[in-house]
Amino acid sequence: MLTSLLPEFTVDRSEDRCIQCRVCERQCSFDVFGYDGENNVMVHREENCVACQRCSVLCPTNALVIRENQYTYRPNANWTREYIQDLKKQAETGGVLLTGMGCDKPHKIYWDHILINASQVTNPSIDPLREPMELRTHLGRKPDQLEMVDGKLVLPDYPNVEISTPIMFGAMSYGAISYNSFRCLARAAFEYGTMFNTGEGGWPMELRKYGKSTIVQCASGRFGLDLEYFNDAAVVEIKIGQGAKPGIGGHLPGEKVSEHISQTRMIPEGSDAISPAPHHDIYSIEDLHMLIHAIKEAVDYQKPVSVKISAVHNAPAIASGMVRAGADIIVLDGLRGGTGAAPKILRDNVGIPIELALAAVDTRLRNEGIRNWASLVVSGGIRNSADIFKAIALGADAVYIGTPALMALGCTVCQKCYTGKCAWGITTQDPYLTKRVNPEIGTQNLKNLLRAWSLEIKELLGCGGINSIESLRGNRLQLRGIGLESWELEALGIRGAGQ
Amino acid sequence: MKTSSAVKKTRSTSSSRSGKQRSGAHWIKLDAQGVYYKDLNRQIRSLALQGDRRFEIHNVFGQRYLGTNLWGIEGRDRIVIRVYGTPGSDMGAFMDGPRIEVFGNAQDATGNTMNCGQIAIHGSAGDVLGYGMRGGEIYVRDNVGYRVGIHMKEYRDKIPTVVIGGTMQDFFGEYMAGGRIIVLNKFFADNPPVRRSYFIGTGMHGGNIYVRGDVDLHQIGAEVGIASPTDAEWKIIEKYVHNFCKVFGLEENKAKLLKRHKFTRLYAKSSRPYGRLYAY
Ligand code: SF4
Ligand code: SF4
Repeated sequence: MLTSLLPEFTVDRSEDRCIQCRVCERQCSFDVFGYDGENNVMVHREENCVACQRCSVLCPTNALVIRENQYTYRPNANWTREYIQDLKKQAETGGVLLTGMGCDKPHKIYWDHILINASQVTNPSIDPLREPMELRTHLGRKPDQLEMVDGKLVLPDYPNVEISTPIMFGAMSYGAISYNSFRCLARAAFEYGTMFNTGEGGWPMELRKYGKSTIVQCASGRFGLDLEYFNDAAVVEIKIGQGAKPGIGGHLPGEKVSEHISQTRMIPEGSDAISPAPHHDIYSIEDLHMLIHAIKEAVDYQKPVSVKISAVHNAPAIASGMVRAGADIIVLDGLRGGTGAAPKILRDNVGIPIELALAAVDTRLRNEGIRNWASLVVSGGIRNSADIFKAIALGADAVYIGTPALMALGCTVCQKCYTGKCAWGITTQDPYLTKRVNPEIGTQNLKNLLRAWSLEIKELLGCGGINSIESLRGNRLQLRGIGLESWELEALGIRGAGQ
Repeated sequence: MKTSSAVKKTRSTSSSRSGKQRSGAHWIKLDAQGVYYKDLNRQIRSLALQGDRRFEIHNVFGQRYLGTNLWGIEGRDRIVIRVYGTPGSDMGAFMDGPRIEVFGNAQDATGNTMNCGQIAIHGSAGDVLGYGMRGGEIYVRDNVGYRVGIHMKEYRDKIPTVVIGGTMQDFFGEYMAGGRIIVLNKFFADNPPVRRSYFIGTGMHGGNIYVRGDVDLHQIGAEVGIASPTDAEWKIIEKYVHNFCKVFGLEENKAKLLKRHKFTRLYAKSSRPYGRLYAY
């Protein structure tokens, strides 16, 4: 039967410029290009194009332009092209639609409705080039009060980890991303003095040397996880949920379970790696308490234990339970958080924006007097240093970045990670493609990004007359809302601009 | 929660070994009466680090995480812990080598994500036993609770094995990705009863469950197949039944347990249960 799936993008090739070098054909992993030797021309299968821009960037004569397909169905505000095409795909296959990366729907982005304060006259601004500016952050439980014994400060033995900037790389497993990409994240975090997160795909032995910069995950699949794995890392994170797909598990398809991945995850080659939706040993806060303490026992109470949930409606109450259950770090992953693969319907409709969840959780923990029991890390929708600054002023201790880190490695957010064909060599295990991430350059780019954003955060701190990130934390007076309704201002705990 | 003072400790032999590495050949007796689990486990760890290998813990009453913190100790696979009383949940969680023997019942999540070693329970165990188990062996003389053996997995020759002398409850072996579970279904009975537990092996994509007795179709998940053990599998079942009888001193039951035709094998129909769920 004929269905009308319009190509989403068109490939414009300037025949004057094209020299039939066939670079595009080799670079495109979505099988768009072919070569017609008889007529010495390139041919296109435009319906396969995902606009990853790999071909146009690599074309030596700039002969290629990829643009949105102008052809359309009859315009309809209700039945957009996306909904029509999705429906047709499902009518043909009977399957759940998959997608990659974070929610791309125009839900309100609160960062863009928050403005930052600056000092004028009464409180001088600070020049970060001339004065020391502290970004160092410590993650872990903090004492309720300081204790002095014989004039000496007694520090309680809550394990904390230090990061040189409040930016960490979020969980992306080896399996979801390529080995080279994984390795770049590990090394860049180590060299910059921050953390990366292994996700739940295990942790290759040769990367254990970056242990002091590594957060390992214990998720419902429990892949590649043993006592050594915990003890080689700096932090252990229990993953309950992920912003892109709250409430469901994960699933690495058997095709991606290569020999090295099977070894790292400790499962047979070619078998599906399934992470069940919940941890079947955690059905309550009490159960979470039990697992947190099992891990604390396993690391002899020497490392902070983190618990990550997706930002959902009742996140504040859950967060309070998590903290009381012994989590030293809690992580909230918002609606726009990325993923290697998730059902589209979940990604786009489940969860709440991180800005609102963060403000609500921070407020709740403060009101309960337990905010210092755990550090608060947020992720899912951080796009630049101002977003980070705003997150910290709303109450976060640090952020995780995932998509931005992949972009530093080449990603163009084409959202096709779930196909395993990433033309930029990131979310693929195809050796022909994974070579495209150069470990040296990739590491350097990630470090550059950390440096650039850290410098900008210092500028933002300086213009507000603040010289330490500690003084920004939860300092919501630095923020004003614009274009927000009163309930939104209240949820964020900030005043409106001009107020 | 209370933190108690130091654990009372006596040695079964009193010769002085201070200073040099202990041989670990003698039994260290510990009294866990009123001792907080953290202190108890720490004490075992520190003794194990000094070379002690055999522990007898008396008056255990709900202390959790026994055996969890015994990592990175040379020769930890020679550590034996005998538990008298009722240990708390997560006994042997993540455990990597030691052997724990419980003279009593165990609570929930025994052998959670266990890696290596052995647990033997002279009694029953609660829910979620062997969750995500990756290696080692668990023997339970009597019954187990709900959600047992979920997401066990295996890798090459590392195949976790659970042997249950009694019966299991619902949600048994869900998401199982590898390993084996043998259910003897009342080891003392000549004719095992049909156990009415449901949702067995839902989402199963690897491993095997062997039940002495019949399992009806409506008791198992859609991903599970029913068959008889193969010759190679029968050898394995024989071996573990033998071990089971030996561990619990139940040799006289062996003959009636080893009747091949009575065993039902439950296996994963596919290692790719989710292969056809998606539209690309
Ligand atoms: S999928 Fe990417 S590489 Fe292929 S034609 Fe489209 S933009 Fe070019
Ligand atoms: S990682 Fe690759 S496949 Fe995924 S969005 Fe980025 S470029 Fe596309």
